[in-house]
Amino acid sequence: MSIEVKKLNKKFGDFTALDDISLDFKPGELVALLGPSGCGKTTLLRIIAGLEQSDSGNVILEGEDASDTHVRERQVGFVFQHYALFKHMTVFDNIAFGLRMRPKKTRPTEKQIHEKVMSLLKLVQLDWLANRFPAQLSGGQRQRIALARALAVEPRVLLLDEPFGALDAKVRKELRRWLRKLHEELHVTSIFVTHDQEEALEVADRVVLMNQGRVEQVGTPEEVYNRPATPFVYSFLGSVNLFNGRTEQNRILIGENSFQHEHSLDAGADVFAFARPHEIKIVTDMNADGLAAKVDRILSFGSSNRVELDDLKTGQLYEVSVTTEELAALQLKPGQQVRLTPAHLEVFQSAD
Amino acid sequence: MALAGSKNFSVLPGFGPSLGYTLVYLSLIVLIPIAAVILKTLEMDWASFWSTVSSPRIVATYKLSFGAALLAAAINSVFGLVLAWALVRYSFPGKKIVDALIDLPFALPTAVAGIALTAIYAPNGWLGRLLEPLGIKIAFTPVGVLIALVFIGLPFIVRTVQPILEDIEIELEEAAASLGANRGQTFWYVVLPMLWPALLTGFALAFARGVGEYGSVIFIAGNIPMVSEITPLMIITKLEQYDVNGATAIAVVMLVFSFILLLIINALQAYTAKKTGRSF
Repeated sequence: MSIEVKKLNKKFGDFTALDDISLDFKPGELVALLGPSGCGKTTLLRIIAGLEQSDSGNVILEGEDASDTHVRERQVGFVFQHYALFKHMTVFDNIAFGLRMRPKKTRPTEKQIHEKVMSLLKLVQLDWLANRFPAQLSGGQRQRIALARALAVEPRVLLLDEPFGALDAKVRKELRRWLRKLHEELHVTSIFVTHDQEEALEVADRVVLMNQGRVEQVGTPEEVYNRPATPFVYSFLGSVNLFNGRTEQNRILIGENSFQHEHSLDAGADVFAFARPHEIKIVTDMNADGLAAKVDRILSFGSSNRVELDDLKTGQLYEVSVTTEELAALQLKPGQQVRLTPAHLEVFQSAD
Repeated sequence: MALAGSKNFSVLPGFGPSLGYTLVYLSLIVLIPIAAVILKTLEMDWASFWSTVSSPRIVATYKLSFGAALLAAAINSVFGLVLAWALVRYSFPGKKIVDALIDLPFALPTAVAGIALTAIYAPNGWLGRLLEPLGIKIAFTPVGVLIALVFIGLPFIVRTVQPILEDIEIELEEAAASLGANRGQTFWYVVLPMLWPALLTGFALAFARGVGEYGSVIFIAGNIPMVSEITPLMIITKLEQYDVNGATAIAVVMLVFSFILLLIINALQAYTAKKTGRSF
């Protein structure tokens, strides 16, 4: 089912949670709402669900304005960060809840409910837990039960609020992959909220990046990662080095060093430039071009090695990733002075 | 379960001393007086015991005492829950004052409460005067006893339910609503089951207090034999007649009844605990 939100605004007192948000979600899509805490992503999700009302604007479900529809009539499945399982019911009764609450006319028979619940339990691979109580389950199991419970009422949309936020790293990774697979099987339009960029980029078809109640960028994971539209997106996705500088013809000046760039920028404007850790080269020849820096720490574990350096003048911290071969060739020692040259710079003009 | 001999180191050890203290304390405060009551009663022979505790006037008091205490606890369970709900879920001007007022029946000397209630509900009192023409009599009838017991039992329900209600996550209600449950269903199937243990505890406390209540009841009851006499009053009456054995005999019957009822409530507690996953 398609979801559209139009010009949503929401304030909590003086705090603007949503500032004129308009978005489109295509049927069958899995979308991540990504942003730092307090950016309004959960509020947006709750407004789509009908758990919260916007101050102005519309929520349109399948072409129909649902702004005034109560949550229980919206037919949305909502999965909470802390599961919100009914502790006094068994796993089976939790999943059966939505079906049993239906009015008599549309309520399935107990036998049909039993079949439905057991098939959902199989879907989430926990059919052996039917008679347990939530307190007897692990966090990952609880979240899968919560998902099965939401799916039991055959929702038109599945909304997940930080679904893996309360789980440890390993379980998180497993459930991430599992959610992706489940979505491919079910094809229910799904939106999930996360502050974990890796989670969003790995699982979602499209990512909506939000900051301070506004949408910064919408795009596929590749688009937002490789072509960030705003400085916020650039710095939020992946680690990044920030340089402050000024433009001069087709070069930008950072400290006493100047670098080439291919952007069209006003001459003499203040800019800031970003480079990812793998886009910076370390040069040991101090007569070469580049920013002077001092090696602080060398972290060599995992697939890539990271070198942390301090700017000689400003003390600013830089992070550079190098391959093991490069590291062997460079023979860096902590305290050693080197020069840094960015192979690629993403330049943004300062707003003022 | 951590028993004394287990190898687990706990942060605050003290199973031995705390169990010892518990037993000594329980014996001194509870068991010895109760044993004395029973021993005193054993001085009577069966026939005189039976004729004392089964005389029609005494039996009428059991009905009133236990009936009114149960009914009052039931009424308080409903309205105490409503009160607790209002205090936990909403904020309104004067909320702090209302919250403080709830403890008043705890703090007020029971005789004061009894006199105040009588003054209000007596045929010439503030409310009694209005009810009298309608043919409703409250003071000096069993209804008066009920009202006194509702008054003193209220804090028990509110104060046991309130903290549990505060701990219920709103998310659970939101989850129920998103699954299509209406307000009634959400309350009945989601909220109420979580409140049962607290409600039962509050009910048991209010009931126990109501059965034993004396001070606030005797004024408003009017103590008309066969109509509005309560069992504790009978015990006092016997004592005033220097019939100590008779008094303890009635006390033993009360003890047995109360014990059975509290046992039933406890069994209910255990049953719901098992059914709702609080104990496996």
